[in-house]
Amino acid sequence: MDNRTHWRATRRLTAALLLAWLMTGFFAVFFARELAGLTIFGWPLSFYLAAQGASLVYLALIGLYARRMRRLDREYRENA
Amino acid sequence: MTAARPAPRTFFQRLTRYYSYFTLAFAAFLAALATLEKEGMPRVWIGYMFMFATIVLYASIGLVSRTSKVSEYYVAGRRVPALYNGMATAADWISAASFISLAGGLYLHGFDGLAYVMGWTGGYCLVALLIAPYLRKFGQYTIPDFLAARYGGARGGRAVRLCAVAATIVISFTYVVAQIYAVGLIASRFTGVDFSVGIFLGLASILVCSFLGGMRAITWTQVAQYIIILAAFLIPAMWLSAKHSGNPMPQVAYGKLLPQLSAREAALMADDKEAQVRAVFRQRADDYQRRLDGLPGTWDAGRVALQHHLDGVRLRNASLLEIRSAERALIAYPKNPDDAVAAWTALRDENLARARPITPHAAPFPGPTPEASDIKRNNFLALAFCMMLGTAALPHILMRSYTTPSVDETRRSVFWTLFFILLIYLTIPALAVLVKYDVYTALVGSDFAHLPTWVSYWANVDRANPLISIADVNGDGIVQLAEIVIDGDVLVLATPEIAGLPYVISGLVAAGGLAAALSTADGLLLAISNALSHDVYYRIVDPKASTQKRVTISKLILLGVAFVAAYSASTKPGDILSLVGAAFSLAASTLFPALVVGVFWRRANQYGALAGMATGFVVCQFYMLHTNPVLGGSAAAQWFHIAPISAGVFGVPAGLAALVVVSLLTPPPDAHSRAFVDHVRRPDEAAP
Repeated sequence: MDNRTHWRATRRLTAALLLAWLMTGFFAVFFARELAGLTIFGWPLSFYLAAQGASLVYLALIGLYARRMRRLDREYRENA
Repeated sequence: MTAARPAPRTFFQRLTRYYSYFTLAFAAFLAALATLEKEGMPRVWIGYMFMFATIVLYASIGLVSRTSKVSEYYVAGRRVPALYNGMATAADWISAASFISLAGGLYLHGFDGLAYVMGWTGGYCLVALLIAPYLRKFGQYTIPDFLAARYGGARGGRAVRLCAVAATIVISFTYVVAQIYAVGLIASRFTGVDFSVGIFLGLASILVCSFLGGMRAITWTQVAQYIIILAAFLIPAMWLSAKHSGNPMPQVAYGKLLPQLSAREAALMADDKEAQVRAVFRQRADDYQRRLDGLPGTWDAGRVALQHHLDGVRLRNASLLEIRSAERALIAYPKNPDDAVAAWTALRDENLARARPITPHAAPFPGPTPEASDIKRNNFLALAFCMMLGTAALPHILMRSYTTPSVDETRRSVFWTLFFILLIYLTIPALAVLVKYDVYTALVGSDFAHLPTWVSYWANVDRANPLISIADVNGDGIVQLAEIVIDGDVLVLATPEIAGLPYVISGLVAAGGLAAALSTADGLLLAISNALSHDVYYRIVDPKASTQKRVTISKLILLGVAFVAAYSASTKPGDILSLVGAAFSLAASTLFPALVVGVFWRRANQYGALAGMATGFVVCQFYMLHTNPVLGGSAAAQWFHIAPISAGVFGVPAGLAALVVVSLLTPPPDAHSRAFVDHVRRPDEAAP
């Protein structure tokens, strides 16, 4: 794997995760009034998403990024 | 492995051992104080013990970690393991606003307050994906360093560097004043010392720590501070949760309480007595409105009436108490019709606010019309956006990505940072619901004769601006919800008493709040002094300075900045949350575009960066001045009804656009800048 391929893969991963980041925050808030009718374990869905759900998704995104980038870097070094 | 750098594994184990001992010792300290309290030690002594013990602790960590090596002083030797760097960053991040004001904000505003929670956690995605790994790969000391190297240009990026230094200082200084202000508040409330004495006490401990050991001392202090913050936040919340739901996990248990709270809100909304109290407030608001309409005649009449009343009580030889209160009323009366306009408008609005029906806690964007509701939604989105981008551009947080051993560790450290932040942040919405449930069920409907002791305690802390006030407005002897006013800042500090915990826990919470404010203030002061000493002094004034001299200059600048910040805080410049909000919007508009575009777009050049930073700053600052009534603007000037705290919504796109347009209009960056971009994008050569 050369620099160019590595950077392309990094960029693709970053773009995908950024899209997920944007969707999480934006949809949970923009459609909050509509989602409030649904409940999840007693919470109204939109309240839960804003209070805890979105934050947990963010944590998962960062964890995923760190893992994938670690593997990508290792492949880069092995094929350097 | 060289002798100077211990093998990472053993270093990690040694740290874990130290901090386990520390946690045990702290638990023993708590237990000892609890026993002493049972034996009858006075409350005020417990407050003193907590303040004294924690400040001595931070100072001694600073003393042990003192250093005069440049890389230790600026970036803690770049050997902080990901987990501990995450913990230190979390303490750096959790400011007085998060610890003290956020739960109170949620209590008062319900769903709308969650914009802060979402924004402040979502920002870490941007830190992890767009900024931190590239900063670490670059591997120097400060944020202006990075921008200057990226947008180098012919003169070594001097203009870019100075611009970034100015931004760092403005942002961090606004933020640090808010922290020191909070230190003063907490110290004065829990030990009874004067507000300004409290500020300088806190300042002393900040200084011993960062003065002697820079980033190295701050890192190890912040880990200890995080442990105290966590204990201080979780213990009362868990206790309250166990009391109300039988489940000591507040993050999970409050799901059950929320429907009960909503049912209670609906019942209170329909209650006759509540309506009666609200009608009284509406009546009072109307009164003030009538007086405002009748100015200046009403002002004259009011003063004459008060004078007449005073003469009356004097003549009939009334009690001293009555005469005094009549005198006070006359003294407090507005001095002239102009004063009366301001005073009566404020009183009218306050009464109007109290006449409003209850806002349901869990309902998103409640509003009388769909348009009003949409405005609330847009403001929520705007605020979350500013908090996210601001998080990703705060110099004192980004600086911490330099301190790990490798790029890979930096990425994992951001994960741990958010993990440790979430331990607190997932509890904050739960705490707001728990306290609200307690107040709505236990306090509302109880007798005025049997108010719990915490009410009178907190009502008496500050008599001029009471933190809690309860008055029997409709005279029925029973507490109605509309008769209670609670200040958002008091909620977390009063939680232990609301939950019926021993006073030791109150002391612990105060120590936690202090740790939150101090850890953030430490990081911010270091960010300012590093920018001045490294970027201005070393890079521009005297590039030949010896390492010894650089560190000494750093320490002197730190001392100076700390005193200026403490002086600004002692003038009580405004409330904590709005200062913090301003700092975030400014950071987002000024630094975020330059940092991110610098890595992801090769074509960006120094002219673009300069234009982008300047435009973002000016637009953001202009909007805040133009629309914030406190700063002389007017709410009518708002664009799309966006509140001044979210000024970054306009600042960021403006800055970004200026960066792109100016870059395209000027020659492409030189070979040096292009090589720099390639370098930060390339993965680490060494295996992690």
